[in-house]
Amino acid sequence: MLMLNLRRIFRTGFVQFWRNGVVSLSAVLVMIITLFVIGSVIFSSALLKKSLVSIEDKVDINVYFVPDAVEMDILSVKSSIEELPEVDFVSYVSKDVALENFRERHKNDQKTLEALDELDANPLGAVLNIKAKEPSQYEGVANFLEQNYPIGDGVSIVEKVNYFQNKQAIDQLGQIIDAGEKLGAIVTIIFIIISILITLNTIRLAMFISKDEINVMKLVGASSNFITGPFLVTGAMYGIVSSVITLIIFWPVTFWLGPITERFFVETNIFEYYISSFGEMFLIIVGSGIFIGSVSSFLAIKRYLRIR
Amino acid sequence: MIYFDNVTKIYSDDTIALENVDLKIEPGEFVSIVGHSGAGKTTLIKLLLAEETPTDGRVFFESVDIHCLKGNEVCRLRRNIGTIFQDFRLISNKTIFENIAFAMEVAGRTEEEIREDVPHALELVGLTKKAWNFPHELSGGEQQRVAIARAIVNQPDILVADEPTGNLDPLNTHDIIQILKKINDLGTTVILTTHNKHIIDQLQRRVITVDNGKIIRDEFSGKYIL
Repeated sequence: MLMLNLRRIFRTGFVQFWRNGVVSLSAVLVMIITLFVIGSVIFSSALLKKSLVSIEDKVDINVYFVPDAVEMDILSVKSSIEELPEVDFVSYVSKDVALENFRERHKNDQKTLEALDELDANPLGAVLNIKAKEPSQYEGVANFLEQNYPIGDGVSIVEKVNYFQNKQAIDQLGQIIDAGEKLGAIVTIIFIIISILITLNTIRLAMFISKDEINVMKLVGASSNFITGPFLVTGAMYGIVSSVITLIIFWPVTFWLGPITERFFVETNIFEYYISSFGEMFLIIVGSGIFIGSVSSFLAIKRYLRIR
Repeated sequence: MIYFDNVTKIYSDDTIALENVDLKIEPGEFVSIVGHSGAGKTTLIKLLLAEETPTDGRVFFESVDIHCLKGNEVCRLRRNIGTIFQDFRLISNKTIFENIAFAMEVAGRTEEEIREDVPHALELVGLTKKAWNFPHELSGGEQQRVAIARAIVNQPDILVADEPTGNLDPLNTHDIIQILKKINDLGTTVILTTHNKHIIDQLQRRVITVDNGKIIRDEFSGKYIL
């Protein structure tokens, strides 16, 4: 009996979706907008997160040594830094390599190169490049350096630690990203609420058209479940059809936006992101579609269902 | 048996629709309820279908007080009472076959029973050829016949017809009344409300006259007198 009723409910829901073509079309169009907003929100948060990760990746500490520092001393500083648990790796750039890098960077700047040639000795010091495991750990590393190798005391071989110069910029960037994420979340929630309300209203109108029919169903003795069931199925159909269309629309849109996002956000191609996380996107969009469609139908029909 | 026990119905705007109504209808009767518009005929029907609750008094179907029934029991009661209305009330996006089948689906009947019984009901009202049309493709008389087929397909104990001929021409009116008589002859109790004097005078069955919410006349083999 349950199976028979379920089969009837599904059949009636499908037929209802098909026969009320214009109503279904308008509900589907509105839902496409809602799902598009939800999808766009997912894309933008992914872009933001990926850019944040790659920006964080670029954060490091450079320790500059005085030009006459002995390599042995520098290497002992290197190994003492490497012993810190928060340090991921330390790379050593010798005086000579630093000079080569400098020449390479200024190969089009003849005047600088000439000035460099005028000098007898290599004016550059060696550099240690330190990467921490977490961006928040740089401060600890910097403090360790400050305590053990104080700058400007006349004895230390450390000339400069660039963390203290960059600290303000790094902190500000962190604050901007934090604020951006918070604002993004608020705007996202507002957008999603608005689009769900619009969908709910459209489906409510669609159900209003069926108000008289619901009354007839009640009069021939249909139970609430038997009346509600097909409308939930129809609502879910709105969701499925509109989510499939939305997923198809995202294809050319992300393809077109891909190169732009790659340039604008650090090395993140939105099209590649869409392809690589399609399974996840499919579940989220289709799931939201079915959920919004059937819940809206349920809320819309509830008011007509009081038996009597 | 249907029994109205001292029933009063006052709507929220203080309109008195029925006042101290006592009424008994035996199984197999053909009862016509007549009266001016607003006399209380439709309220009587609504109380019987549990669409409205009485302000005072009780309404019984068999030995059950209709207004003590819960949601699902109300559904079951309605499956036992076939209903026909002036405005037909068919489901517009279902075909004629599906409209009739819907009443059977609601009653939990199997697909086989539906395939067997719906054509019989359509045959009884003479609409076999229109089974796959939609309601808007049918004339008023035909739509009312579909409504009758839907009302009787579950073989209910009672058939309630609330002004079924109000929107029909004399020829269709005659046809509908003949069908109702046939259904009554097969043992179903028929309750008919109408304004049509000609129908009542021709039927020569029990006539209950309602005026201002009160039963002012109840005659077996009566005439239309207001």
